[in-house]
Amino acid sequence: MKLSICWLYGSSMNIYGDRGNVLALAQRCRWRGIEAEIAQLGAGDPLVPGVHDIYFWGGGQDREQINVSADVQGAKGDAIKAEVEDGAPLLSVCGGYQLLGHYYRPADDADLPGIGLFDATTTAGNERFIGNIVVESSEFGELVGFENHSGLTHLGPTAEPLGKVRVGRGNNGVDGTEGCRYRNAIGCYMHGALLPKNPTLSDFLIRAAIRRRYGSDVLPMLDDSLEATAHASAVGRALARR
Amino acid sequence: MSTSSRMDVRLAAGVTAGKLSGRAIRLLGRGGGTAAPGLIANLIEPNILNKLTGKVRDGRIVVAGTNGKTTTSRMLANILERADLRVIHNRSGSNLVRGISAAFAAQSSWSGEPRGDIAVIESDEAAFPDVVQRVNPRIILLLNLFRDQLDRYGELDTIAARWRASFETLRPDQLLLVNGDDPALATITEDLAAQRLLFGIKESRYRLEELPHAVDSALCRRCGAPLRYSQLFLSHLGEYVCDSCGFRRPPLDFAASEIELHGLDSVSLRLVHDESALDLSLAIPGLYNAYNAIAAASAAIAIGVSPALIVEALGVFRSAFGRIERVTYRGRQLVIVLVKNPVGFDEVLRMLAAGGLSDPALIVINDLDADGRDVSWLWDVNVEQLAHGSSPIYTSGIRGADMAVRLKYAGIATERIHPLGALANSFEQFVDAVPEGGNGYILPTYTAMLELRRMLAHRGVVADFWEQ
Repeated sequence: MKLSICWLYGSSMNIYGDRGNVLALAQRCRWRGIEAEIAQLGAGDPLVPGVHDIYFWGGGQDREQINVSADVQGAKGDAIKAEVEDGAPLLSVCGGYQLLGHYYRPADDADLPGIGLFDATTTAGNERFIGNIVVESSEFGELVGFENHSGLTHLGPTAEPLGKVRVGRGNNGVDGTEGCRYRNAIGCYMHGALLPKNPTLSDFLIRAAIRRRYGSDVLPMLDDSLEATAHASAVGRALARR
Repeated sequence: MSTSSRMDVRLAAGVTAGKLSGRAIRLLGRGGGTAAPGLIANLIEPNILNKLTGKVRDGRIVVAGTNGKTTTSRMLANILERADLRVIHNRSGSNLVRGISAAFAAQSSWSGEPRGDIAVIESDEAAFPDVVQRVNPRIILLLNLFRDQLDRYGELDTIAARWRASFETLRPDQLLLVNGDDPALATITEDLAAQRLLFGIKESRYRLEELPHAVDSALCRRCGAPLRYSQLFLSHLGEYVCDSCGFRRPPLDFAASEIELHGLDSVSLRLVHDESALDLSLAIPGLYNAYNAIAAASAAIAIGVSPALIVEALGVFRSAFGRIERVTYRGRQLVIVLVKNPVGFDEVLRMLAAGGLSDPALIVINDLDADGRDVSWLWDVNVEQLAHGSSPIYTSGIRGADMAVRLKYAGIATERIHPLGALANSFEQFVDAVPEGGNGYILPTYTAMLELRRMLAHRGVVADFWEQ
């Protein structure tokens, strides 16, 4: 078996160690004998539906987000949406998550349009939410990461949150939600990197990918004791420092 | 009515408070007393730093950058001392306004007369505009701008914009001495009233094949197109050109070449400025220390120190506290190297990998405020460099478990990964793992290094750092 991991805008949007998510996906495939290829897709590169199996889109600095917002309009954004509708798994963090919503509204500039995959909008806030974050998800259990954002994301009526914030601020610091879920796509504010310390989430994405490509649901177990220890210690830090 | 000869009572009171509280803190055994006295002194006299620095005859040199500012400041201070100047310097690396104020209070008379001819001031990135405004520098020495503790400093662009605004306040009699190999610094120091000179590496055979993951400025800041490197030395430092708008590395006024790296021991290079060439030989390792020496030597030349003195002073220079240190403990040679951000960590691993990776290593990761509370940065480090060796790697510290996971995902065999608990309980365990007469490497983050240092001091191995 072979999976292609498509890293969207990896060269311009790779902040706070988000690259760790791509490493986690690739390694957890390889440890199971699944060949994993990482394909970087930058601004100007076309996205051909059906070629890639898992999509990842990380966070970036404001300057870089402007170029990317323009690039993802039109055919590329349509292709991302078509892939997700077809069952492709996708993880997006921070800036990538924001541009998968309807728009990002800066404090004193024109809106940056997103692609509306998630029924969510983001507005620049005055406060930066920085700290460990623990989220309870009915689907994935306890998730832990580190948030660092000032954008305030509000979910629309059709959107499902990824989970409830136990420690931290999440989407907007007010309604207790964090992230967004749609089909096999996830958006969230959790850096860390997120996937290495939350292997259930990694395996959800990999399983969805092999189901779509190979029609198989079988994913051999891995020894996740180091990951479990790191997860527990991060949650411990979050609780101690809140 | 005020005259400069009349004693400034408020200034004297601020200096006195700073001096006394520094002594009290040291007497109470509460650490080095390097920052709190400055806080107290600033409460009594908010302009203490402006007033004290204004009295330094030969001017102030402010040193800033993400990596290397402590080492470079110390190198420069040592060179100036060798030239018989009395140097005021925030030597303990306490580099916020309060720490700098404390250093000046400690090195001034009770009435507020600084005991120095020239000042070397290491400044924190975030505090930099405030420091520049307060101390009115003669020279600003800019080393590099890398991705650092994002939770504390925010995005790199934010720092760059704040620095640019600060540079725009400078006058033509002020000199910016800039690392021209850093495209971000080269861009934000263009077209200013202040004078600008550039230093850098003209050519080197030690090159990177591709930009490391932690790099933020692979894009041209003028037009947004990707930069092309004809030589890449370290992080995003190198000889670059933008094929889209023509922006390129400016000509170097201080140009290094003939760099020779000798593992974890030493480095040598030739630095050319106008007609003179300096052959520098350092007893500290790594390309990043070559950059530090180039920066310090360039500043010393700009100040007017003779090349012979610069060569001498750098030849006998020893590392700033904890940056890299060798101690003998229980018959083992322990090499301790501070790791604090992806670029620095990458360079340390590059040196270890060049050494063959046969000796055990201990990596200690904390997430206290001074370390950065976010450990995401571990994923920007090219840990994969360690995958080819056979040596055991131990992890410890508050977030040691995160490091163990990072090692695992870098493809290091789990048999080589040994997660240990808190440093206090695991240090001796690590020493046991190093063969007697052998070498071991310890890579701590900042607060882990302080803790390690206290443990070693307690065991009588090293002196407490504020005694240096």
